[in-house]
Amino acid sequence: MTNDTIINEVTQRKYKYGFVTDIEADQAPKGLNEDIIRFISAKKNEPEFMLEFRLKAYRQWLKMTEPTWAHVKYKPVDYQDIIYYSAPKQKPKLKSMDEVDPEIRRTFEKLGIPLEEQKILAGVAVDIVMDSVSIKTTYKEKLKEKGIIFCPISEAIHTHPELVKKYLGSVVPIADNYFTALNSAVFSDGSFVYIPKGVRCPMELSTYFRINEANTGQFERTLIIAEDSSYVSYLEGCTAPMRDENQLHAAVVELIALDNAEIKYSTVQNWYPGDENGEGGIFNFVTKRGICKGVNSKISWTQVETGSAITWKYPSVILKGDNSIGEFYSVAVTNGYQQADTGTKMLHLGNNTKSTIISKGISAGKSNNSYRGLVKVAKNAANARNFSQCDSLLIGDRCGAHTFPYIEAGNSTAMIEHEATTSKIGEDQIFYCNQRGIDTEKAVSLIVNGYCKEVLNKLPMEFAVEARKLLSISLEGSVG
Amino acid sequence: MLKIHNLSVEIEGKQILEGFNLEVKPGEVHAIMGPNGSGKSTLASVLAGREEYEVTGGEVTFNGKDLLDLAPEERAGEGVFLAFQYPVEIPGVSMVNFLRTSVNAVREYRGLEPLSGGAFLKLMKKKKEILDIDSKLTKRAVNEGFSGGEKKKNEIFQMAMLEPSLSIMDETDSGLDIDALRIVSEAVNKLRNENNSFIVITHYQRLLDYIVPDFVHVLYNGKIVKSGTKELALELEEKGYDWIRNELTPVS
Repeated sequence: MTNDTIINEVTQRKYKYGFVTDIEADQAPKGLNEDIIRFISAKKNEPEFMLEFRLKAYRQWLKMTEPTWAHVKYKPVDYQDIIYYSAPKQKPKLKSMDEVDPEIRRTFEKLGIPLEEQKILAGVAVDIVMDSVSIKTTYKEKLKEKGIIFCPISEAIHTHPELVKKYLGSVVPIADNYFTALNSAVFSDGSFVYIPKGVRCPMELSTYFRINEANTGQFERTLIIAEDSSYVSYLEGCTAPMRDENQLHAAVVELIALDNAEIKYSTVQNWYPGDENGEGGIFNFVTKRGICKGVNSKISWTQVETGSAITWKYPSVILKGDNSIGEFYSVAVTNGYQQADTGTKMLHLGNNTKSTIISKGISAGKSNNSYRGLVKVAKNAANARNFSQCDSLLIGDRCGAHTFPYIEAGNSTAMIEHEATTSKIGEDQIFYCNQRGIDTEKAVSLIVNGYCKEVLNKLPMEFAVEARKLLSISLEGSVG
Repeated sequence: MLKIHNLSVEIEGKQILEGFNLEVKPGEVHAIMGPNGSGKSTLASVLAGREEYEVTGGEVTFNGKDLLDLAPEERAGEGVFLAFQYPVEIPGVSMVNFLRTSVNAVREYRGLEPLSGGAFLKLMKKKKEILDIDSKLTKRAVNEGFSGGEKKKNEIFQMAMLEPSLSIMDETDSGLDIDALRIVSEAVNKLRNENNSFIVITHYQRLLDYIVPDFVHVLYNGKIVKSGTKELALELEEKGYDWIRNELTPVS
């Protein structure tokens, strides 16, 4: 294997999950103004407080500018050329899975995630976001017995307005950044989870996102609240159809963990990364943040990011409660012309708070992969502990790996450790595998999976299997 | 089985092997000895298919096939195994996972069904017993944190798992103490039979006390300058490589 062949092979990779489902859409005209916001709110039959929330966000957004500090380059987004609302055609209420649009079901089958199988085998309740409106929520009854609420956020706005009102925007303020303001103004749907006091959610809650309408920006909004001494593990996974035009995605996820509560949030992201020339592909500008509000609470983010043309994402934890714990485990793969600027923020506010950051970046092709992380210890936060490990793995010599760690320790009792390594997949390692009969493609997959093991082990079982497959798929053709 | 005819090899423009000839028949053990820089490891690398070496002349056939035309993984599929002088570490990849991938890749090349998890573990258990391999070894990541002796033992264990018809041992004895040398050699002897062959590359005669070769060749300046039986190795040990050098230098 020579570097020339690596480079030549890089652009050969095709996106495996590129297909488009044909569903009639009910959509807003292109562009964004107060009327569009009123249209979205009216379409969703929202209470007044939501319209106010959206309008406030929109007015904020108008005053803001797009951030430019990330280590990514892209053509400016024309925000007036985006359709901000699009819903699959409304159908009468569905009683069983059989009533789900066969077209949608086929799409999921192509992805190898048949709903039926998931329901029966994995015991996973699935809340599907197809374009912007949730199609179906399963397992609701079973969860209801425990008092758990797991539903589209558009539904929660009607059924539990007090919770939405209290927590929406409480972790990620409207004006946090340009994309959160935009999301707050136009979000269409997403998931809402509420785990009551003392309840351990008996199953992994799971959502599969699909981006489907041409030119449709996706603005999901997720809100998870874990009351005292509760536990929930939430899975988010996504793939998208092949596209010519860039698709903007600006989601906001907010997590709230109260006393002794634990939230585990796992993501496998595999959106269309663009074609062999770097055209198309999803722009993924996401704000994910959790707050360990109560004492002894814990929030873990685990992510496997393989897709998108541009990823701008920093799942963070505010460690407010004493003895609270924040964790971030990440694998970010970039290939072709992909650009990722991802990392985390751990904000230590309470006493005896702990955070762990394990970030594994893998760059291949002509891609750029950056880790950006902030560990901040507030002045009054005694005995804060942080351990960060940021590793970069390079495949070929046309890609880049960058690390931007920021540390602000405001309290002298803080202990912060940071380790960083950069390595190349060795030709010696590949040859060793070759000599044992393993071809180069399989060898890379084996080596990369080994390299990411610490993170993959943090994923729930069924997700880990999927993540391993994705890693292999996304690095196909990255070496000769 | 293996026929090397008039093989010439360069690396970065430097001639390493020149007009090298060797024939290995089934069941034979050939020892290749020689001073540093004589081309011993180059021979091993070229046979296994390392790309940085450029073959500038000659041919190598293996069971009638042009070996030089095959990719390294195809050579492995054909039954060529290299026990590395410096086995690499692959962090995070367990030996079990690695070996299963390896065994099934070779099986696939040979048109065989992959082994099921159960069948594979059974095979591994059997081979471990034969070679007296510590069962913890397979749970660890490939060569990660292994001692020198463990790495070499691990190479022989992989050899046992893959059942190659030609095994090339590249200075397997280097870095081994006497006990480890004995254990590794005994393992190799257990794997010897009338169908498989070995090319044992070494500096020292010591290894050949344990793995008794059928033929001993002395490699010097890229070609075999002397061949004989195991007695040649003893003679070399006694007289040193200067003996060969002096013999080759015409009296002027």
